[in-house]
Amino acid sequence: MSTTKTDSVGIVQPQTRHFEEPLLLECGKVIEQYDIVYETYGTLNKKADNAVLVCHALSADHHAAGYHSEADRKPGWWDICIGPGKAIDTNRFFVVSPCNLGHCNGSTGPRSINPKTSQAYGEDFPIVTVVDWVNYQKRLADTLGVSQWAAVAGGSLGGMQALQWAIQFPGMLRHSIVIASAPKLSAQNIAFNAVARQAIMSDPDFHEGRYYDHGTVPINGLKVARMLGHITYLSDDAMGDKFGRELKNEQLNYDYGVEFQVESYLRHQGESFASHFDANTYLLMTKALDYFDPASKEGGDLSAVFKKVQAKFFLASFTTDWRFSPERSKEIVSALTDANRDVSYIEFESNYGHDAFLVKNDDYLNAFSAYMQNIEVSK
Amino acid sequence: MSQLRPELEKICEWIEPGSRVLDLGCGDGALLDWLQRNRQVTGYGVEIDQQNVLSCIKNNVNIIQADLEAGLTDFADASFDYVIMTQALQALHRPDKTLDEMLRVGRKSIVTFPNFGLWKCRLYLSIKGRMPVSKALPAPWYDTKNIHLCTVKDFEQFCEQRSMVISKRGIVDYEHQSSTLMKLWPNLFGEVALYQLDEKSQCD
Repeated sequence: MSTTKTDSVGIVQPQTRHFEEPLLLECGKVIEQYDIVYETYGTLNKKADNAVLVCHALSADHHAAGYHSEADRKPGWWDICIGPGKAIDTNRFFVVSPCNLGHCNGSTGPRSINPKTSQAYGEDFPIVTVVDWVNYQKRLADTLGVSQWAAVAGGSLGGMQALQWAIQFPGMLRHSIVIASAPKLSAQNIAFNAVARQAIMSDPDFHEGRYYDHGTVPINGLKVARMLGHITYLSDDAMGDKFGRELKNEQLNYDYGVEFQVESYLRHQGESFASHFDANTYLLMTKALDYFDPASKEGGDLSAVFKKVQAKFFLASFTTDWRFSPERSKEIVSALTDANRDVSYIEFESNYGHDAFLVKNDDYLNAFSAYMQNIEVSK
Repeated sequence: MSQLRPELEKICEWIEPGSRVLDLGCGDGALLDWLQRNRQVTGYGVEIDQQNVLSCIKNNVNIIQADLEAGLTDFADASFDYVIMTQALQALHRPDKTLDEMLRVGRKSIVTFPNFGLWKCRLYLSIKGRMPVSKALPAPWYDTKNIHLCTVKDFEQFCEQRSMVISKRGIVDYEHQSSTLMKLWPNLFGEVALYQLDEKSQCD
């Protein structure tokens, strides 16, 4: 690791906040009590006007920047953007990065013990949505003494949360940073999620989501789900550049084993993901994506929804992202301009597909930095 | 207004305070920045060049990165008080289509372009027999962005044919001064032409 680097937040420690007040969910069910794990970077100023909420996407969590220990090889998922002197400059901003409700890395989720039954929730864990996440994040803000975020930022599913914040609590944020996201999933996107869920749910080790009780893990299903997802996060070009038709061994074996490097890579990605991620959480996260559709409450009219937002928007997309393509970001931009809201939008050249928002790219980081630098905070 | 390009100063005089403005090919956003601070204008710049987009972000101007040639499909009919395009008309592949789009999206449109009918251009071509190269049009013929140059006469004839109503005209030099010669013979002495077009006349 490189905690000695001057642009890193260094070693960070997650914190846990317990919430006793029941949370009414969009699906109508209630979570009586729950824990939220989160990390913070930087310092909240006296006026508490420099807080930035960072929202994670499908497979990431609260660990957005820095390292957990000296031995850590990889920093948090958005370390390229968070740190001293970086786009979300921790010398200026106080960054809050929570792990969403329903997740498996600390916050209450399907793997947690249900206090009513003293067993893991499993399939009893209710479906949580982006709206629900914004509600618990609001409570987290209250406990931290943040009455208004300087900005709420995220990519992909995280971008949806940044968007939802502006709609749900218009006065509680000054800027919404929505990167590589969409106002709702397309049919194709929902279809990919459906296949991922089918892979998990048809694994014999899934046991209707109660695999914890059976001492099994639907690891094969989760692996396939992740492999499928991974393909959609990369661009055709990026895969071609990285692997081409390169063989795993020197010659073809004419069997069903791993012949090509790309197969080997995907298996590795699937395995490493399935070894630490919970299948029920994966199901939940894909459902949260599917259900997101803020315009549905206004008969599909997104600009009508934006009429009440107050935040200024920064949107970005990446040329080779076909899972959340530039066209999807432009739908948001178009609705915002229709509603006469402040918005800037940039489409960055990148070869990395949907993953581009996690990859270093000078144009992207310079523009993001420039935007963040114009956000006023008191000393 | 000292920091503004002379030609932009003229445009600022034409814009009514509090308007909603779309600035096509807005460069570093200087015009919008000035209008926001001095005329309580709201709006967006549209620009394709990455460096210019970055400058707009730095200047705190709403910027939407897009290619003008692809149309203004993301903007609704008559959704802006003014659509402005300075010194870009001659660089477009289909200036006629972009003008149509401007008139669709804006209640008023403002365009500026270098007048190719200027006596210096005519003299250069007739004496040297070569495509004019000047301070305003510095690139050689094979490497110029200016692929659809026109004269004051060309533009006005075009507007008439398309039933586009010219409500304001400014014929000036590069320093944005006008002169008696320019007033008498705009197509011969005007270096820069500025036009405000209103919604299409109803009789077409």
